[in-house]
Amino acid sequence: MSFFERLFGKKNSADSAKERLQLVLIHDRTDLTPAELDSLKDDLIVAISRHVEIDTQSMQIGVEHDGRSQRLVADIPLKSAPRRRTRKTK
Amino acid sequence: MPAQVITITSGKGGVGKTTAVANLAVALASNGSKVVCIDGDIGLRNLDVILGLENRIVYDIVDVIEGRCRLKQAMIRDKKLPDLYLIPAAQTRDKNAVSPSDMNRLIKDLRADYDFVLIDSPAGIERGFRNAIAAADRVLVITNPEVSAVRDADRVIGILEAEEKGPAALIINRLNPTLVKNHDMLSAEDVLDLLAVELIGIVPEDENVIISSNRGAPVAHDAKSKAGQAFRNIARRLKGEKVPFLDLDSQGSLWERIQRLAGRK
Repeated sequence: MSFFERLFGKKNSADSAKERLQLVLIHDRTDLTPAELDSLKDDLIVAISRHVEIDTQSMQIGVEHDGRSQRLVADIPLKSAPRRRTRKTK
Repeated sequence: MPAQVITITSGKGGVGKTTAVANLAVALASNGSKVVCIDGDIGLRNLDVILGLENRIVYDIVDVIEGRCRLKQAMIRDKKLPDLYLIPAAQTRDKNAVSPSDMNRLIKDLRADYDFVLIDSPAGIERGFRNAIAAADRVLVITNPEVSAVRDADRVIGILEAEEKGPAALIINRLNPTLVKNHDMLSAEDVLDLLAVELIGIVPEDENVIISSNRGAPVAHDAKSKAGQAFRNIARRLKGEKVPFLDLDSQGSLWERIQRLAGRK
């Protein structure tokens, strides 16, 4: 990296390599280990909870396979606001 | 003690598998171990030239498997090291000439008489790779600090885990300390962070590797070479010794250091 690139704040190439690889590897790894998935889930809970209240107990996250492509699928139920009408059954 | 069977693989081609096998074999055999190395790259053999044994080949691994010769007849003894042998790959056949069970049978016959069997895997994750890992007790994955090599290493590490051949140990090859210092190459820490495996060695980029391969005498013979030292250290770690990792920071010429200080590089 040249002096000028550094002067103008261009990101160094090793950091770009690492960031790009981090993203690529998440997709490459078809089998996310349960531990990795759990930590990802925790991060998601923190991030989403900043905006909306979610039901962390029944939240689900997993990787779905579709031919050669994989997708991360999260099912995140929102906590409903306190009900206006609490209906008494029985 | 029966042999440790170690396969060196990488996914990507050209990262230094054959060089690593040749150098680890030389380092182990120089240090009192009886070593056989097997070229698993059928159709594209190269371990013979790296070891400087290309003129001595009569029989190859496919000849053994297909019964045209006995195992001992295909084993070529090294010119310098009496405890180092090579079983060359066939050059005019393809990977399908050998099956994983063939490899298991062949290596079973070697286990009793040697300390280490080193297998040079071909690039890729197909048949040749499967053959190469079939009999392995331990797999070393070698990579370079570059995006494509790291990505392929990750894929191979995943397959090894799925095949219960893990956990793999990692060799980071051709690390350029000057580039790392300038943040223009992934550092060993970056690579380990990404791949999350055990590290067994860091080999610096070293022109002596090319010079020694020109001569057919692996760089592990060269007492002054940094890469040679790195390979010798890995060999000692394979024997269970605790050896600290090389300090690569001292690398770089005075001029390079001056340039760095001046912020030019």
